[in-house]
Amino acid sequence: MAVITLHDLAGVLTECAGADEDVVLTSESLDVTFTDLGYDSLALLETAATVQQRYGVTLSDDEVSEITTPREFLDLVNQSAVQAA
Amino acid sequence: MTATATSPAPGTAGDTTRPSAVVTGIGVAAPNGLGTEAWWQATLRGESGIGPVTDYDASRYPSRLVGSITGFDAAEHIPGRLLPQTDRVTRLALVAGAEALADAGADPAELAGQDGYGDYSLGVVTSNATGGFGFTHREIRKLWTEGPQKVSVYESFAWFYAVNTGQLSIRHKLRGPSGVLVSEQAGGLDAIGQSRRTLRQGVKLSLTGGMDSSLDPWGLTSHIASGRLSRGTDPATAYLPFDARAAGHVPGEGGAILVLEDATAARARGARVYGEIAGYAATFSPRPGSGRPPGLERAARLALADSGLTPESVDVVFADAAGTPAADEEEATALRSLFGPYGVPVTAPKTLTGRLYGGGAPLDVAGALLALRDGVVPPTAGIGRPVAGHRLDLVRDTPREGPLRTALVLARGHGGFNAAVVVRAAGAS
Repeated sequence: MAVITLHDLAGVLTECAGADEDVVLTSESLDVTFTDLGYDSLALLETAATVQQRYGVTLSDDEVSEITTPREFLDLVNQSAVQAA
Repeated sequence: MTATATSPAPGTAGDTTRPSAVVTGIGVAAPNGLGTEAWWQATLRGESGIGPVTDYDASRYPSRLVGSITGFDAAEHIPGRLLPQTDRVTRLALVAGAEALADAGADPAELAGQDGYGDYSLGVVTSNATGGFGFTHREIRKLWTEGPQKVSVYESFAWFYAVNTGQLSIRHKLRGPSGVLVSEQAGGLDAIGQSRRTLRQGVKLSLTGGMDSSLDPWGLTSHIASGRLSRGTDPATAYLPFDARAAGHVPGEGGAILVLEDATAARARGARVYGEIAGYAATFSPRPGSGRPPGLERAARLALADSGLTPESVDVVFADAAGTPAADEEEATALRSLFGPYGVPVTAPKTLTGRLYGGGAPLDVAGALLALRDGVVPPTAGIGRPVAGHRLDLVRDTPREGPLRTALVLARGHGGFNAAVVVRAAGAS
């Protein structure tokens, strides 16, 4: 099962929630909240749906709704990928 | 102030203490021009935006002409974050909304912080009749071919009639009383009427008007199913209201967004005023076959009464111009009853755009305001054989110049909606 990286996540976020020239996801954004990065709950739901399809993981809506930062998102997906493997 | 027997009650027609609502900004997205001045100049030149469908193969559709906005690159105008969540109609509304606010010299964030304003003193009331059709078409196709997991979460609101109002509200932080009016092609005037109502309740600035866009394959199919579309294939003669050849309308996309302000507040910030929304009324026609008269004339009379004016003071009428013989006859009868035969110049610049649903009447109000500003009535295009029995003074083919102070805008929506707005030139009271 593929592991999702910050770079991958940044790509899916742009695809699902649109590009913003002022916001570039780097390692320094790992612990910045999605809210501060300009992504609302719908953007996260849309991104989570695409990640689930692409990485073959299953995330519950409750799990997704508790994500607040990119690091939490990556950890959740990668842990789910490990469990599914 | 001493009340006398002849003083109108506060808040009613003719009450001069009632705050007036003035238009200070105009934004336009129309098939024959993107942007207010581009559209207005094209309209005066008689340039049409009606043509064949070019986005897909419509050769087997019974109606193949549309008024579509070409050369609109949403990414040029809309922040990237908004693109995945917006249908074309909302992108057009956002562009016209931004144009209107810039035209008014109004920065909502700045105004909200000023004395007399506040967080809830700025609102949005728009009209829409068909929602986010193209977006929904795409997502519903995904639903049936790829499954529900593939459907965009943004479909939850991108389809919705209120979405233009919502996105304008979010984008410009207009947090006061807001809403959407859905009354088919009368909705644009109803939105302006409701917007004016919010001003009377204390709102200082309200973005209003309307926008529609539903010319994708599914949208056009739905319009065709109404049975009211022209099947003509010549763009010059497909939509001919008040003409002996009238046989339905061409559907178009677009509309206008207006900045409506409390006149006192507008004056205080030194805003340029196009004109006043001096009167508004809406009526509902009785069911067909009831034997009772349709409601358009009553809407016009009520709007005039609301403005404190009489038919004699109307200098031009922007007609609904449905483009079917029966509906045109009904409107011509109302106009004769109000003004007498050939009693007032009548025009329908929408012959250059097609009918724009929730966006059509606000575009006519924009046209009325610019007509008052420039002292020129924009022409109705293509009417070569006016129905003699209508006895209308149609302004045909070329603009008619002259001083104008008052315009009446009429609109009807399928299902019995009628609305009228009286527009008065700035300083004409």
